[in-house]
Amino acid sequence: MRKDYDVVVIGGGVIGCAVARELSRRALRICLIEKGEDVCSGTSKANSGIVHAGFDAKPGTMKAKMNLLGSRMMPKLAEELDIRFKRNGSLVLCLSEEGLPALHELYERGVANGVEGLAILTGDEARRKEPNLSGNAVAALYAPTGGIICPFELTIALAENACANGVEFRRNETVTGISREEDGYLITTDHALIGANCVVNAAGVHADEIHRMVSKLPMHITARKGDYCLLDKEVGGYVSCTVFQLPSALGKGVLVTPTAHGNLLIGPTATDVEDKEQTPTTAAELSYLTKTAALSVRDLPTRSVITSFSGLRAHEDGGDFIIGETPDAENFFEAAGIESPGLTSAPAIGCYLADLIAKKLGAEEKADFVPTRKAIPRLAELPAEERKALIAVNPLYGSIVCRCEQISEGEIVEAIRRPVGAVSLDGVKRRVRAGMGRCQAGFCTPRLMEILSRELHRPMEEICKNVSGSELLTGTMEGRK
Amino acid sequence: MKIHDLIVIGGGPAGLAAAVSARRAGVQDILILERDHVLGGILNQCIHNGFGLHTFKEELTGPEYAARFIAQVKEENIPYRLGATVISISKEKLVTYVSREEGLVQVQAKALILAMGCRERPRGALNIPGSRPAGIFSAGTAQRLMNIEGYQVGKEVVILGSGDIGLIMARRMTLEGAKVKVVAELMPYSGGLKRNIVQCLDDFGIPLKLSHTVVEIHGKERLTGVTLARVDENRRPIAGTEEYYACDTLLLSVGLLPENELTRALDVTMSRVTNGPEVDDRLQTDCEGVFACGNVLHVHDLVDYVSEEAALAGKNAAAYVLSQPAAGRTVDITADNGVRYTVPQKLDPEHMADAVTVRFRVADVYRDRYICVYCNGERIRRIKKRVLAPGEMEQVILKKSELKEPLQSIRICTEVE
Repeated sequence: MRKDYDVVVIGGGVIGCAVARELSRRALRICLIEKGEDVCSGTSKANSGIVHAGFDAKPGTMKAKMNLLGSRMMPKLAEELDIRFKRNGSLVLCLSEEGLPALHELYERGVANGVEGLAILTGDEARRKEPNLSGNAVAALYAPTGGIICPFELTIALAENACANGVEFRRNETVTGISREEDGYLITTDHALIGANCVVNAAGVHADEIHRMVSKLPMHITARKGDYCLLDKEVGGYVSCTVFQLPSALGKGVLVTPTAHGNLLIGPTATDVEDKEQTPTTAAELSYLTKTAALSVRDLPTRSVITSFSGLRAHEDGGDFIIGETPDAENFFEAAGIESPGLTSAPAIGCYLADLIAKKLGAEEKADFVPTRKAIPRLAELPAEERKALIAVNPLYGSIVCRCEQISEGEIVEAIRRPVGAVSLDGVKRRVRAGMGRCQAGFCTPRLMEILSRELHRPMEEICKNVSGSELLTGTMEGRK
Repeated sequence: MKIHDLIVIGGGPAGLAAAVSARRAGVQDILILERDHVLGGILNQCIHNGFGLHTFKEELTGPEYAARFIAQVKEENIPYRLGATVISISKEKLVTYVSREEGLVQVQAKALILAMGCRERPRGALNIPGSRPAGIFSAGTAQRLMNIEGYQVGKEVVILGSGDIGLIMARRMTLEGAKVKVVAELMPYSGGLKRNIVQCLDDFGIPLKLSHTVVEIHGKERLTGVTLARVDENRRPIAGTEEYYACDTLLLSVGLLPENELTRALDVTMSRVTNGPEVDDRLQTDCEGVFACGNVLHVHDLVDYVSEEAALAGKNAAAYVLSQPAAGRTVDITADNGVRYTVPQKLDPEHMADAVTVRFRVADVYRDRYICVYCNGERIRRIKKRVLAPGEMEQVILKKSELKEPLQSIRICTEVE
């Protein structure tokens, strides 16, 4: 069989990109296949953006292990990839006396998992730390190692770094079948036939479908939808910690948190859905969401909502992450059922799987692996003198396109021109935040389309919000006549 | 660092009129900073007519109206920068802007005029449930894509909100061959001008559904439809009244918000009703020497009033620069009983002009009411109005001669009989 690659990674979410980046340390031919028009376009694009301290998962589970490892790896990784990461601390609120035993249980679980610095605070102690907390909080579990990160930044930075180290990214390509050959796997996509020694299934909510292409062992993934509301930066400081309520069977419940970019985020709800592609928010969930979040803090500033969205968690029936070589399919590796704390665990899962694969394939470490990646300069955050110097070098940094977030044309052009660059409005938004502010792209949409059109050499009518079919225009004025 | 007598932030209708007026009042050193690549602001994309009836006694299109003021700016040789986005201002009137040509520049002003205009409320602010496909535009974005860039944004259209831009776009898209199926308005009345409802909807047979809203958005890649529902008196959707409309485009015309991001750094009193700064009868904010006019101050219905207001701001800014006029105690103007707010919010009875125009909007549609002005508790004015509507700006002119001395309070309200 012809071998195009040593390893094919299926899925360009945070897990796929983390695995690809770790694999790229080795002398291997690697490609990553993503069905979306961009990486970070599934579960990774719509989640809480939390680096969990690690007290939730049952001791001994993969979730517990990967969470703690991932949380510990995050500071160094964030530095290498030049992305924002802040240990803002987490609080789990107990809103009634009856909840106290569960809160203590959570504390014990955290200690057993190896989480550092946990403390149980009284309601008043918690309110001293976080003045806008609800007066109904009777106690809280404080975890100083809890953190926040931007999921787009992490995923895209991993992808860029993997690409810089030789991984080939094949976006807009859907895997339709995999057959096991004598000496490897033959992967069928809507564009090509690809031969590989080894396959990594990181297909998120679709991981069970990919799994069934090669394995007889049961796997079933439920898409569990979570709705969120994002609030304006003017209320981004409403809380400084990530504020949880005591967890329930469906997840960690509704949180209130600042984001890595300084907005306030509330969410998620938890509803199992049939359709793994569509993620509409519902009136009932949005209303439940604001009501529930309002239990955590006083006078939740819901007037300041700038957008709402939803994401899908990939919940596997067994309840734990499934990570490793599939027992009945040699050289087929999986990272499935990666729901929360998946974002936190991503760096650890990447290392774990890449180590297994490298060992299996006998791959050597590369001497020329570059672990660092530079972010696109964020001009709005720079002091005047630095900003001045950058504009002197590249005048496009002086042309503001997105007024709300003060994003310049220079940043947008870079987002498009980089390896694994943006090809859609959403892609630009996730890389440099143009259109992410309070006007939600009202002003900058026409300019962004123009820049995408110019840089990608595509006519305006072909510019998409995200995937093909999401074109913004339906024709030219001349075309009508 | 360069020092200017007057810096005007924004080169739209407000900024242009303010600058011209300040120059004619004697200020030599003026700089207009405009973030777009042409002067004129939003008028450039308003290619319909109806502008200038008050100012020029003729009907102009938006670009024509803008051109008149741009010509005046050029005649007066007032310097302006294009593609120059102000990124911060300070209480000390230090202005920082960036542009492609000049990079990052800091300039000091003796007086500042805020004329940044307003922006549209986006979908997110309404929290409409459903999916997030392409094909949802704020009406002004669609207007820009059509009128400036020359593209069509959709074929089958539903418009949410009956603000003026939404109404204008209903007509515009119809003329360009799109099918505008319905305009839904949450309130029991339209937020737009009566003349626009007649000329843009009635004349084209486009239904306006009052007390209706979009309760769900459908479609994955591109919009495929929306669900409308009737709302009750608390603006909550009524179950069972849902109606599905297939469409590929949803335009939102659900309100305008003054763009006061820069103003925040001045720490001036902001009005929770207008979302603009509070000003006195000179249109000066709490920060001495900082004036505001146009839609950044409060959202106007007609550009003619913007120009008029801006000219006043320019004149007062000029007086501030040239003579540092005396200022005294101010008296609040209270808006009451159906009057939502007033601009200005206060006046200086000793130093006020002989006549001060107070603009305001009402809270609901009223028939056969009076607009009344009370001074120190005593009614000094009673003006009969057959119809008052939130979509139309109202005004009363306060004459210095009719105000009681010493002035303690002014209250503007509506009254039935």
